[in-house]
Amino acid sequence: MNFLADITTALPETILLVFGLVGLLLGAIGGDRISGLLRVLAAAALAAAAVTAFVQFGRGESVPAFASAVAPDGLYKATLFTLFAKGVTYVLAAFALFMSGGALKSSQMERYEYPLLITFGSFGAGMMLSANDLMTLYVGIETLSLSSYVLAAFRRDSLKSAEAGLKYFVLGALASGLLLYGSALVYGFSGGTSYAAIAAAPSSVGLVFGLVFLICGLSFKASAAPFHIWTPDVYEGAPAPVVAFFSTAPKIAAVGVLAHVMFNAFGTHTASWKMIIAIISALSMLVGAFGALMQNSIKRILAYSSISNVGFALIAIASGVEKGAAAVLVYMTLYVIATLGMFGGVLALRRAGKPIDQVSDLNGLVKSKPGMALGLLILIFSVAGIPPAAGFWGKLQVFTAGIEDGMLWLVLVGALASVVSLGYYLRLVWAMFVKPAKEPLDKTDISVAATVAITTILVFPVLTITIQILLDAAARAAGG
Amino acid sequence: MAGAELTLGHYLAVSAALFTIGVFGIFVNRKNIIVILMSIELILLSVNLNLVAFSVFNGTIMGQVFAMLVLTVAAAEAAVGLAILVVYFRNRGEIAVEDVNVLHG
Repeated sequence: MNFLADITTALPETILLVFGLVGLLLGAIGGDRISGLLRVLAAAALAAAAVTAFVQFGRGESVPAFASAVAPDGLYKATLFTLFAKGVTYVLAAFALFMSGGALKSSQMERYEYPLLITFGSFGAGMMLSANDLMTLYVGIETLSLSSYVLAAFRRDSLKSAEAGLKYFVLGALASGLLLYGSALVYGFSGGTSYAAIAAAPSSVGLVFGLVFLICGLSFKASAAPFHIWTPDVYEGAPAPVVAFFSTAPKIAAVGVLAHVMFNAFGTHTASWKMIIAIISALSMLVGAFGALMQNSIKRILAYSSISNVGFALIAIASGVEKGAAAVLVYMTLYVIATLGMFGGVLALRRAGKPIDQVSDLNGLVKSKPGMALGLLILIFSVAGIPPAAGFWGKLQVFTAGIEDGMLWLVLVGALASVVSLGYYLRLVWAMFVKPAKEPLDKTDISVAATVAITTILVFPVLTITIQILLDAAARAAGG
Repeated sequence: MAGAELTLGHYLAVSAALFTIGVFGIFVNRKNIIVILMSIELILLSVNLNLVAFSVFNGTIMGQVFAMLVLTVAAAEAAVGLAILVVYFRNRGEIAVEDVNVLHG
């Protein structure tokens, strides 16, 4: 009930919000000249928010906040699960911002709104993860979505970017509509908007109807099939640094929030959503794996890769809270770390000032940038789940959760999708290591090289060896 | 309540009809993107009707609070949507739905 205590509980989000508002003021005064400074400050604010979230995770705090007479359960609750997901989200957002400097400069996007939109987007991601009520969930999702629409259209002079923003906006608004309609039905048939009230309500046709709409809306945000149509187009059209952000921080937040809502609000209605999530998972894996085979654009391959990987994470959600909650966190954490380095690194490569986009642009990378090529090779192995890279552990966790739950068919679909998706991952490797070189690429930014190096060392060998620490942390998060 | 004969079912039916019209407005409309924005508003308003009806018939206040939030977010969403539309128009010179086709697989 105490405002100060509530703010302390929501400290990670408070830091981001205060920085975002102060940053807007500074930007209004200083203009685009201070965009570089704001970028550094925003990355620092995100890092501070991440540290706060991890400290709260370490202390094991799990208290509701912003409770009132009409919302006695609290509108906000940072559980260990959400604190973990939030911490990873903020770290990834900070890195995406950190490595974007050179790309922004080369395509004349150095405007002060950019770091602030990423800050507000991450704030929304944290809010939707910490939601303990459908209202907070909705407002959090919209904060993230509205920032994302603007980011997708951030290159105002490019038709592709504007069209990406427009498509994202129209389909995103439709998904928000579905989510809201579902929320309204769930509220009507359970009698409350808080997760606890929904969990306590008896199952009814209306509630299941609302649940289906809710899942559709959330799947859209996580870009799971059959709600993935926007993903390839938006990724292709949006500027490269924005795509690096989209495919990492909001991705783990969206999957985390889907897991959180299913496990908490609908934890007592498991039978109603298990099969729906399993089917969405199977479709996503297959669409992602087969869709990418015929693509030549790296951004479109990234889009299909993320659809497919969300499908793998959904296997863990479908297997239920006891077995799946930890696996979701492990899988998504390893996936977004590797994706940040791999696609963030590839998309930051430029030839004569222009970002590269075709797979053939990577030809002969091993000759011109051997270190980068080796790092990308390891990261690709991790995303594909090939041992000894750490991504293998994530896939193992997810498959184990699925088998323990008796969903062998889903795991078999996952194994098939893994093999098929090797086709396009290996195409990238083939282009880098075997094909003859094209004209040289521009010099790599130091921030990009550092990010690729850090993520590479993380997925192999650091996390391969110390995977037990991550597993323990995730198990602790799943327990709380 | 206006009349005793109006039940929750009536409100839900009207809301479901509005929602369906909104969704069809997005998919069937091939002419103008402004119409899509109108359809989105229609969807959000149908949800508001739902929320307020549930709030009255359930006797809880949360639905009305939720409806206020939806109204606020709808305004923000319309602002962002129109801004993106203006950027698109400046690049493309028209806003016909059929011409939104630069990106494709």
